[in-house]
Amino acid sequence: MATTKKQIMPKWFYLMASPKGCYQITGKLLPTFSVLSILLLAIGLVWALLFAPQDYQQGNSFRIIYIHVPAAILAQSIYFTMAIAGAIAIVWNMKVADMVAYSCAPIGASMALIALFTGAIWGKPTWGTWWEWDARLTSMLILLFLYFGVMALYSAMDKPETAGKAAAILSIVGLVNIPIIKYSVDWWNTLHQSATFKLTEKPAMPAEMWLPLLIMVLGFYCFFAVNLMMRLRNEILRREKRASWIKDVIN
Amino acid sequence: MLRIFWAELAKDLLLAFRRRGDLLNPLLFFAMVIALFPLGVSPAADFLTQLAPGVLWVCALLAALLSLDNLFKSDYEDGTLEQLLLSSESTYMVAIAKSLAHWLTTGLPLTLLAPLFAMMLFLPTDAIPVLVISLLLGTPTLSMIGAIAAALTVGLKKGGMLISLLVLPLYIPVLIFGASAVQASVQQLPVNAYFAILGAMLALSIVLAPFAISASLRISVSN
Repeated sequence: MATTKKQIMPKWFYLMASPKGCYQITGKLLPTFSVLSILLLAIGLVWALLFAPQDYQQGNSFRIIYIHVPAAILAQSIYFTMAIAGAIAIVWNMKVADMVAYSCAPIGASMALIALFTGAIWGKPTWGTWWEWDARLTSMLILLFLYFGVMALYSAMDKPETAGKAAAILSIVGLVNIPIIKYSVDWWNTLHQSATFKLTEKPAMPAEMWLPLLIMVLGFYCFFAVNLMMRLRNEILRREKRASWIKDVIN
Repeated sequence: MLRIFWAELAKDLLLAFRRRGDLLNPLLFFAMVIALFPLGVSPAADFLTQLAPGVLWVCALLAALLSLDNLFKSDYEDGTLEQLLLSSESTYMVAIAKSLAHWLTTGLPLTLLAPLFAMMLFLPTDAIPVLVISLLLGTPTLSMIGAIAAALTVGLKKGGMLISLLVLPLYIPVLIFGASAVQASVQQLPVNAYFAILGAMLALSIVLAPFAISASLRISVSN
């Protein structure tokens, strides 16, 4: 006789594991997060660009921080998300986790690209150069390469299931390597200022400056959530196209 | 556990020895790429001295990288790999043995050949032992990490280019510390810290990489 396992987590948590449940739940969440991200990004951008005070040294050019820092933070957290989702996909053989990892890669790569690009624009007036082989720039560049590796591996394999597992292993290996890369590059060369936000300390800038930054970071996270859910839903539709429930969704 | 390790190592070394031509290829590649730098950049002695640590390390890294493609390929194609994975023997040990065989046939000869090219690039004589030790500590790490990418791409028809894409970002820490050690010894600075870190990365990769290698092999074979 089959025994039913006791469910520890709420029911929606288990529903998320099935493509159908995940599709329905993300469909409900999507409007909320879309509104949230538009609101946060709009408030953050207007506040940051029009009302936040100028930097006493860098003048208005420092305002690019409001795009640069959120993108850099996101590039790193998305890599974590991708690697953890990949690990879940390998250990529990969960289809949805695999699709999450797959959907994360291009978003993370574009965030890393935005961070590098805005960093270059910011570097020109403040450091006097577009590019500098500085520790943080280099490690962001390597992070971008890691994303490209994962994406290349995905596209090289035919079966999405094996491609997902292979890419998951690669992203976990990359995750182990990220701190090593970070410290080795830090040791090697440093010009960049240290992190703007630390969890343990008060920020070194006044509240009028870091509050909009915080809003922008939250807005970027919501934007990531929206983007991820949209990609995930597309991926579910693509991979589950033979399932009967898809027909009901489309018609 | 150890029996399969020795058996696999002996088999791989024997196979490598039977195809002596392939054994020579990474070394020739190493030699030729190094010869490109004086030709392409500048043959001035003081300039080459500055360039030498980085060039030697990058060339060793590329030579080790290009030989990765064949690491699992022949075993995959004739079905040996599948039998190894099906057997009750430890895949962890197989993974270590195969990476070690790769190092013994590429990394070690490169290390032994490096002093010769170091002389040609006018690396100071004092720095040559440091170069050899840094390569001895660093190249096995390259083999262990590279084996992960080789295992991931073994089932693909065009794995060669992909391996480089996957593995180069992961090689960067080894390159940084390996080349910095030689650079430091050229400038007469202490090098023990670099050796310690290279050794730590080697220990870490020997312990952790075989897990990733055997998981990747299982995925590639099931494809």
